[in-house]
Amino acid sequence: MNVGSLKIGLLHSLIRKEEKLLIEAFRKAGVEPIMIDDRKLIMDFHSAPDIDILVERSINHSRALHALRLFESAGVPCVNSHKVSQICGDKLLTTAALKDNGIAQPECRVAFTEESALEAIEELGYPVVLKPAVGSWGRLLSKINDRDAAETVLEHKTVLGSYHHSIFYIQQYIEKKGRDIRSFVVGDDCIAAIYRSSDHWITNTARGATASKCEVSPEVAEISLAAAKAVGGGIVAVDLFESDDGLLVNEVNYTMEFRNSIDTTGVDIPQVVANYVIKMVKQ
Amino acid sequence: MGECPVCAAEVELADDAIAGELLVCDDCGAELELKSVEPVVLAEAPTAEEDWGQ
Repeated sequence: MNVGSLKIGLLHSLIRKEEKLLIEAFRKAGVEPIMIDDRKLIMDFHSAPDIDILVERSINHSRALHALRLFESAGVPCVNSHKVSQICGDKLLTTAALKDNGIAQPECRVAFTEESALEAIEELGYPVVLKPAVGSWGRLLSKINDRDAAETVLEHKTVLGSYHHSIFYIQQYIEKKGRDIRSFVVGDDCIAAIYRSSDHWITNTARGATASKCEVSPEVAEISLAAAKAVGGGIVAVDLFESDDGLLVNEVNYTMEFRNSIDTTGVDIPQVVANYVIKMVKQ
Repeated sequence: MGECPVCAAEVELADDAIAGELLVCDDCGAELELKSVEPVVLAEAPTAEEDWGQ
């Protein structure tokens, strides 16, 4: 198959640095990606744009989730798949998938009312982290250190938040000594990893954490690949905590951001992704 | 070259600029979206929504 004839669709909304790097990588590999703007997209449940594969890079989780379902329904293979976006986009589903596959992660509880959430928090023991089941970039995370804070945050979420903020996802707080690890998985390979370091307990680079190179040790590779497989595989970024009991999986991200990780790791992440997608189509 | 819709400064585009791309105005710091390359149309970028990002 002539690479230049491949029809690789790239689903996007705003074009971030990551999408530009991916476009460049596909061009280097001899493919001109077909840009599909989710803001202009109309799907009819029967057909889809004429492409061989869809690479999902939408900034909106909800648009990605639904678009992927409709593209797959129309017979277009997608990377990542709808299943992966569904599991990774919802922390509750991610935790369940990791648990089903015996992968180490922080203790979690889910509750649906203020009262039961408070009970669950006290059962886990302070501090805990309350997270929106669907959310990103470290937004609306609450580290709850005592009962006063728990009562306040739970009431605010119930009264001021929309209904999905009353699905209380409660995670044991892990003392991560100022950093976590983000690893990058493409297919069957853990291609790179970074430390994300911050004086703040939230270590998302979107919240100001700094990135530095983390060697992909056999332990990092093993748990990252297992986590990726648990959520359905493909192209994902895995967030890991270094706990006293070993590595724990915190989250798995399905539309990974990597702009700060290319120079840091020395790995051309967009090119690896582009080559992986092209290989998938050729198979 | 385009015009910043916030401060009217001239905004230079890269040779490989594409529609949908995010830019920052050097003069006022506004985050802009390149709506169209030919003709060049710039608009204020949408603010982050609740389900954005990873």
